[in-house]
Amino acid sequence: MSNKKNEKVMKDLKKKLKNKIIDIAQPREKRIYIRVEPEKTPEVVEYLFYKYQCKLCTATGIDMREGIEIIYHLAKEDKNMVINVKTLIPYSKLEIESIGKKIKAFRWIEREINEMLGVTFIGHPDMRRLILADSFPEGKYPLRKSFKNSDVTDEDYDYERSGI
Amino acid sequence: MKQTIIPLGPYHPLLEEPEHFKLYVEGERVVDLDVEIGYNHRGIEKLSESKTWDQVPYLVERICGICSTSHPMAYCLAVEDLVGCEISKRAQLIRVVVCELERIHSHLLWVGLAGHFIGYNTVWMWAWKYRETILEICEKLTGNRNHYAMFKPGGIRRDFNKEQIEYALEHIVDVEKPIRMLTDAILDDPVIHKRLKGIGVLTKKDAIDYSALGPTSRGSGVPWDVRWDEPLDGFKDLKWKVIVQKDGDVFSKGVVRLLECFESVSLIKQALLNLPEGEAIDVDIKEVPQGEGCGRYEAPRGEVFHYVRSDGSNMPYRHKVRAPTFNNLPTFKASCRGETIADVALITASIDPCYCCTERVAVVDKNNNEKILREKDLVKLSVDKTNGIMKKLGKTPPLYNMEI
Amino acid sequence: MDILKKSFKKSIWVFHLSTAACNNCDIEVLELLTPRYDVERFGIKLVGSPRHADALLVCGSVNAHAKPRFLEVYRQTPKPCLVVAFGSCGCSSGIFRDSYSIVGPVDKVLKEEDPDAKIVYIPGCPPKPEAMIEGIIKGLEAI
Repeated sequence: MSNKKNEKVMKDLKKKLKNKIIDIAQPREKRIYIRVEPEKTPEVVEYLFYKYQCKLCTATGIDMREGIEIIYHLAKEDKNMVINVKTLIPYSKLEIESIGKKIKAFRWIEREINEMLGVTFIGHPDMRRLILADSFPEGKYPLRKSFKNSDVTDEDYDYERSGI
Repeated sequence: MKQTIIPLGPYHPLLEEPEHFKLYVEGERVVDLDVEIGYNHRGIEKLSESKTWDQVPYLVERICGICSTSHPMAYCLAVEDLVGCEISKRAQLIRVVVCELERIHSHLLWVGLAGHFIGYNTVWMWAWKYRETILEICEKLTGNRNHYAMFKPGGIRRDFNKEQIEYALEHIVDVEKPIRMLTDAILDDPVIHKRLKGIGVLTKKDAIDYSALGPTSRGSGVPWDVRWDEPLDGFKDLKWKVIVQKDGDVFSKGVVRLLECFESVSLIKQALLNLPEGEAIDVDIKEVPQGEGCGRYEAPRGEVFHYVRSDGSNMPYRHKVRAPTFNNLPTFKASCRGETIADVALITASIDPCYCCTERVAVVDKNNNEKILREKDLVKLSVDKTNGIMKKLGKTPPLYNMEI
Repeated sequence: MDILKKSFKKSIWVFHLSTAACNNCDIEVLELLTPRYDVERFGIKLVGSPRHADALLVCGSVNAHAKPRFLEVYRQTPKPCLVVAFGSCGCSSGIFRDSYSIVGPVDKVLKEEDPDAKIVYIPGCPPKPEAMIEGIIKGLEAI
């Protein structure tokens, strides 16, 4: 049995975003999941951040068989709701427009997804490595399913690049 | 105008975690700040994928030593969101007790460190001395001073017996009086007012743009607190309020933390006095079906967010962890601009950074003339500024200044 | 050498180093200075530079980012020095053993640089403050 007030949020979003999203679901009282095409994602997320006054919790990148799925988790605190915007980016073209170029809150998390999974964020102002060491070998993405923990050992680190 | 780069090297004796800061300064004023993180990176999200659902709380506890219960709490909430199960009232209230104990000890830790940065070493010693009482209560209730291993998806691992509850209720009162004393001393001191007020201001707009969390945002007038916004059933019957201050400077953030300690003490007393008897402490989750779940909890530093995705097997397919400092660290860019170098140590401490949760920040300085200032030098600059203010107000600066 | 050995018995100056740690051990180290345990009465104090240190207290296991810096700090510490591998992470990498990011526990990384390094192991997650004091004293007696 879902709360009447919370279904209102889903209906409201469905009406306002109707031709920009693929579908929207509310499996539990406080969680809404919206699926969007990669091209339309920045528009939907910016709408939710500014007009709908949500805050950014974080963004998750998941390596699925068909491509990399990025989920932006936004929270609408006064309505007690977490709105998750999902998009699937195919391996053939691993890029998406950056939201960080406009909204400061997204900058760091996009850097992290870039270095951990290899997704390019077009237009990001500062795409340096964030948490991996400078000496970590290039071209390897730790959070991909094809990468095992034993793939990188001490010998693979290029300590010259760390500048000491 | 010439700009200088001041790299602050990774190892500083007091800031336990390594961080690399590069400050861009023009003369005495900071123009820009870059933060480099990654020194504490241990690959936890990848390790989660090779542990079973029950083993992950042990791993996740060790993300951070100070927010040691918030991470397993958020993870358990995420799994319970996925599975869709209800936890017993007794387990929920015990969870509240453990989490609030952690909040008090974390805020007292911060008070001590902030006191050290401005040169009030007595504040440091006293705050940590009273923190020991809290750690003893934790040890009596859970078995360890930190890393309690109390939570699991579905409930808690161990129950409290009558003796432990009486001990806790008796000793929690011992902590309230010293916190009151510290709060009054800090709120009344004119030197601290001059030192902390108006420094490192984070405006309300910036706090929202960066999605700052915890006392960092509540000090700037943004009332986000996950315990209020997404209340667990355990909190619904408890009386408490969210502390918000308007000015956004280091002083406001400190006041928010001190006043929250009192709220936490009240919550612990209410929870321990209202524990229902005879309920089971856990729900036996036999299988985690396919699906996804989000869990959020309010750590001492802000909102902790965990996301889990399951493909039906006995290990998570994906486990995402986001600690509050990840959102708070970029706010340095906004709050340090225009401040003097002497204040930078304080401003960086005011967001109460937990680098091990985030993996380090480095600050970059923008000039051609490189000058290396160690963290010790920054702290000394800060302490010298305090002594200068004390002399102006006609007070004597403390004689004994520790070497650290 | 005898004078050195004798001087090691008293007033150890310790440099604290944190490499890829969860910070819990670091806080416990600082707690030793606070009034409850107060190691300053033994003359043990934390110093600001490795060049003044008699003992290096390493918390956490070593990751790739920290490895070159840790070895550099070790080189700067005047010998003989005592290296204390603190906590489960320092002794054996603990629960993070299998990670791609962890290069090794303290002794594995240090033996590459100096096979004769003197290391004291204090296990625990985190070790109790009493265990820490006892560990350091045992290490001093062994030198």
